[in-house]
Amino acid sequence: MNRINQKLQEDKKLLSIYFTAGYPNIDDTVTIIQNLEKSGVDMIEIGLPFSDPLADGPTIQDSSTQALKNGMTSELLFQQLKDIRKTVSIPLIIMGYFNPMLQYGVEAFCKKCQEIGIDGLIIPDLPVDVYHDEYKSTFDKYGLINVFLITPQTSEERIRYIDSVSDGFIYMVSSASTTGAKSGFGDEQEDYFTRISNMNLKNPQIVGFGIFNNDTFTQATKHAKGAIIGSAFIKYVTANGIENLENFIAPMLSK
Amino acid sequence: MSYNINDKGYYGEFGGAFIPEMLYPNIEELRQNYLKITAEESFQEEFHQLLKDYVGRPSPLYFAKRLSEKYNTKIYLKREDLNHTGAHKVNNTIGQILLAQRLGKTRIIAETGAGQHGVATATVCALMGIECVVYMGEVDIARQAPNVARMKMLGAKVVPALSGSRTLKDATNEAMRDWINNPVDTHYIVGSVVGPHPYPDMVARFQAVVSEEIKKQLLEKEGTENPDYLIACVGGGSNAAGTYYHYLDDTDVNIIAVEAAGKGIDTGESAATSVLGKEGIIHGSKTLLMQTGDGQITEPYSISAGLDYPGVGPMHANLYKTGRAEFISITDDEAMTAGLELSQLEGIIPAIETSHALAVFEHKTFKTEDIIVLNLSGRGDKDLQNYIEYFKL
Repeated sequence: MNRINQKLQEDKKLLSIYFTAGYPNIDDTVTIIQNLEKSGVDMIEIGLPFSDPLADGPTIQDSSTQALKNGMTSELLFQQLKDIRKTVSIPLIIMGYFNPMLQYGVEAFCKKCQEIGIDGLIIPDLPVDVYHDEYKSTFDKYGLINVFLITPQTSEERIRYIDSVSDGFIYMVSSASTTGAKSGFGDEQEDYFTRISNMNLKNPQIVGFGIFNNDTFTQATKHAKGAIIGSAFIKYVTANGIENLENFIAPMLSK
Repeated sequence: MSYNINDKGYYGEFGGAFIPEMLYPNIEELRQNYLKITAEESFQEEFHQLLKDYVGRPSPLYFAKRLSEKYNTKIYLKREDLNHTGAHKVNNTIGQILLAQRLGKTRIIAETGAGQHGVATATVCALMGIECVVYMGEVDIARQAPNVARMKMLGAKVVPALSGSRTLKDATNEAMRDWINNPVDTHYIVGSVVGPHPYPDMVARFQAVVSEEIKKQLLEKEGTENPDYLIACVGGGSNAAGTYYHYLDDTDVNIIAVEAAGKGIDTGESAATSVLGKEGIIHGSKTLLMQTGDGQITEPYSISAGLDYPGVGPMHANLYKTGRAEFISITDDEAMTAGLELSQLEGIIPAIETSHALAVFEHKTFKTEDIIVLNLSGRGDKDLQNYIEYFKL
């Protein structure tokens, strides 16, 4: 069974962390992953930087720009991760935009992910119907779970379709925004979280965008299986470095 | 075989809508409505009325006698430079503002490079009394001050794009991010035949008035609707799409697309996407784009800010791939020389974008009896400073 599916069966709320590979320094990738696991994180999204990250706010944009300046590429990321499964056992997901994968070759990219022990991919600009018609068989062949996003504007019919195509979890975008919004959750989000929860989807949901502290993590996971923190973590790393990550993680998980 | 869009939103293998889920409802709303709304009689009536009374259409098809004599062929210029706001861009913004109103949108956003599309958008927003926000790269704001001032005078808010290379592609990213954050009340007026489906088709349809008029005007002047050649410059490719639109499947009409070679194809400072680009995805569309081997989008260069885009619209990618159009790259120097030549032979100062198209006559020999229609897509007022500096006038 895929590590993502195993993790989703655990009887706890899951904390997933996103970071941009190659940031702050080019060789930080493996250390960040190892330190995150030690800090008690359940799952990691490794961001493959892109020059034009449409869905991202300033924090992830800037970290991506810096990572590219540092020399990050798909090939280099795969090299850095080649022995990662000797030391890390939690699920690892690569999150990136579609063009770099397309240039690498979708099949070659998937094959490499399998060899390394990557469990899934999140590709925000690969639409679910194109995935279903053209790439699903390749992802299946290499045992990769592809994760799709839904937003408060996604129609019920489309959510059901995305649920039917998914076989891991659904990435629930908390509000109509790019990443890194920091206003907390109000009634609107609460209604949305409840509405989705009541749909009884076959895939569990993990909430992302706008989660930055214990409050927002708790609110997001009241109904959902887990939550993803990205921009807030990158800000932490920018200010505090990559060593004592438990100082960021522990407060998120304290009740 | 048709060179126009298919029912899935593709030109051959190019096009589609590779967008994050956050944009899906916006794009889907447009996709479901754009053909229906634009086909309505009341829409068509208002669109054509505004094109006539406000824009000043039909634009003349002018026989350029002295230019024709010089190159020993028959050259007609489609005078889009005489439109209100000075270029073809306004044809599209009129169409999209009418669509936005019918979709109940109360706020307009747009991206702009040189500022021409920004001005055309700010213009129609003023006309309709709708809030307007234009994203423009910080670098472009500095080099296009007069157009920034025009937009402000028209009541638009100009927001600097501070991400990436701070030029057109980044302004486009910022506009898309704004749309993600404002999905309900906002319409995004894309300025060229780029972006996710249905934008390339929608913009091409609004610009198609250009080739619709060419057909009528040429029939009057030459007794035939079809020229031997159509020539237009291509950045994203909206003036070219309008010029070709009604001729796409008339393969006895030869199509020439002119790209900006910048300082030269091999100099690393170029915007000739057909030569330097590879298939990939930019701004939600599968097309040809300039990128690194690792799939990062690179920054193009041209003396003309309007041709300074790292991709081309999917229609043009398909015209290139299928060989339907001949692509020619023109350097900064060749374009500037052609711009000066038109000024002195015909008394028309063209936009530097258009000067690239005009430089084709030094590149390619036409027969005496050939009938050529070239889209004179914009006037050169906005480029005066560039011309002055280049020619030390």
